[in-house]
Amino acid sequence: MAETYDLPQLKRISSQIRRDIVRMVHACQSGHPGGSLGCTEYFVALYFKVLRHNNHFNFDAKGEDLFFLSNGHISPVWYSTLARSGYFDAKELATFRKMNSRLQGHPATHEHLPGIRVASGSLGQGLSVAIGAALTKKLNGDDKLVYVLMGDGEQQEGQVWEASMYAAHNKVDNLVATIDYNGQQIDGPVKDILDLKDLKAKWQAFGWEVITANGNNLEEMIATLEKAKSMTGKGKPILILMTTAMGYGVDYMMGSHKWHGVAPNDEELKKALAQLEETLGDY
Amino acid sequence: MTKFTFTEKKDTRSGFGIGLHELGKANPNVVALCADLTGSLKMDAFKKEFPNRFFQIGIAEANMIGIAAGMTIGGKIPFTGTFANFSTGRVYDQIRQSVAYSGKNVKICASHAGLTLGEDGATHQILEDIGMMKMLPGMTVIVPADHAQTRVATLALGEHIGPVYLRFGRPNWPIFTAGRPFQIGKADKMIEGKDVTIIACGHMVWQAVEAEAALAEKGISVELINMHTIKPLDVEAILNSVGKTGCVVTCEEHQINGGLGDSVAQVLSRFNPAPQEYVAVNDSFGESGVPTELLKKYGLSPSNIVTAAEKVIARKKK
Repeated sequence: MAETYDLPQLKRISSQIRRDIVRMVHACQSGHPGGSLGCTEYFVALYFKVLRHNNHFNFDAKGEDLFFLSNGHISPVWYSTLARSGYFDAKELATFRKMNSRLQGHPATHEHLPGIRVASGSLGQGLSVAIGAALTKKLNGDDKLVYVLMGDGEQQEGQVWEASMYAAHNKVDNLVATIDYNGQQIDGPVKDILDLKDLKAKWQAFGWEVITANGNNLEEMIATLEKAKSMTGKGKPILILMTTAMGYGVDYMMGSHKWHGVAPNDEELKKALAQLEETLGDY
Repeated sequence: MTKFTFTEKKDTRSGFGIGLHELGKANPNVVALCADLTGSLKMDAFKKEFPNRFFQIGIAEANMIGIAAGMTIGGKIPFTGTFANFSTGRVYDQIRQSVAYSGKNVKICASHAGLTLGEDGATHQILEDIGMMKMLPGMTVIVPADHAQTRVATLALGEHIGPVYLRFGRPNWPIFTAGRPFQIGKADKMIEGKDVTIIACGHMVWQAVEAEAALAEKGISVELINMHTIKPLDVEAILNSVGKTGCVVTCEEHQINGGLGDSVAQVLSRFNPAPQEYVAVNDSFGESGVPTELLKKYGLSPSNIVTAAEKVIARKKK
């Protein structure tokens, strides 16, 4: 995808993706709007600006950047992003979480949805998979990069730290991982459930280059992803600690764990959509 | 009548090591991953000749399975190596989501399975792995009988597309399948007979060979099948044989629940109900000891197969 979008256009895309997210979870009365809304700028910056990819989906993606979503429950934002960047028709978003859909509750390859290369949902596995894909890129002499997004609650999974240790030790430097640092998980604030303490210091101690970003500032998110790209190839994996507000863009959802995995009712949907301009046409 | 003998004993894991090394030479896309057990898995030759395609993961099996899944994207064929317990139970969810459900071409190669691991004891003697792996949709499960068959099975994995669980072991064991054809999903009918069918996998195939000789002396004609592939199961071979003999004994170094015997029973109950006896571990954990003595204590000796055969034949005549 050529880098032809200016900032106002990207903001319009973000608004439409947020509309898609709330409409999708409302339509099936399930799914995870909070993290999806919070990560919208990340997805727009990545897919519409930074990622060197081809929406004529090629599974092996030789010569392309790759993206993996480890916290698969925020599938609505990924599905909408993929549709709005041409991987499949946006009309298919209406099938989210319904029988016979390619848009499973959590991302899957099983139904062959373009853009998905591994299933995710059971947490903690995406970074390992991303490392594997990055190793194959090196073996193939492919200089493109691998991106992966994780949740902050997900950092409680032990496998994340196995993978973190491995990537640093083995200088997997064609890898840009991002943590959605929204401070919320299903049962409450992360610091109350199982405090991550100084997450930045932990990743640095494991041997990663760590940079931070306000993940709901689109301009800053693009700049941070570009900066991360410029830091690759230097012997260290890169981590972006991305501060976001869960539910960002819908006032009554913002900053609360209560909207992690709850769908809005009819009235709440109306209220949300009133705050989000329809820019590309609802599906 | 074919009689099986052996002149040499070797460990099945060494058959894997040789096969992996040969595959490495034949196919540049083959990569190997190991979780700190390179020597035990006999992966040294591959590691030495193809250091760029060998990945030392450390004691982090979950990460190993995830990395292997990711490496398939871009065309690599990853072979993971660790003990059977750490290859399955420890990483079941990683295999389920990142490998099986995602349809990844990962070969999970597992040594030190079952009681014949011996002295390390029950923490390492996994007896549930065949069941766990065969339950995963799309997973192929192979349990070769000896060193020679483990080598050819490993070579066959290089051509096979899709996730596979390859189970082998530690002890030196008779080599008796050299030169026999091997095809994934195709049972090897080693001996033809008419009174009872014995279906075995892994180390238990040799136990069944010895049992067959003892039964033959008693005038009992055994049809012996090496069911090296538990999934996909060779249903036709089972039905043809049991259709003729009218009864079956299944033999496996695994729990009685969920293994080869249950797979055979499912086929028979659906298509041709017949008496069946299980030679398997009877819902218990193992313990430390010498492999052959453990097999005796837990009822997996040739004499146990003989007893089971006589019992199942008696049931048939009722």
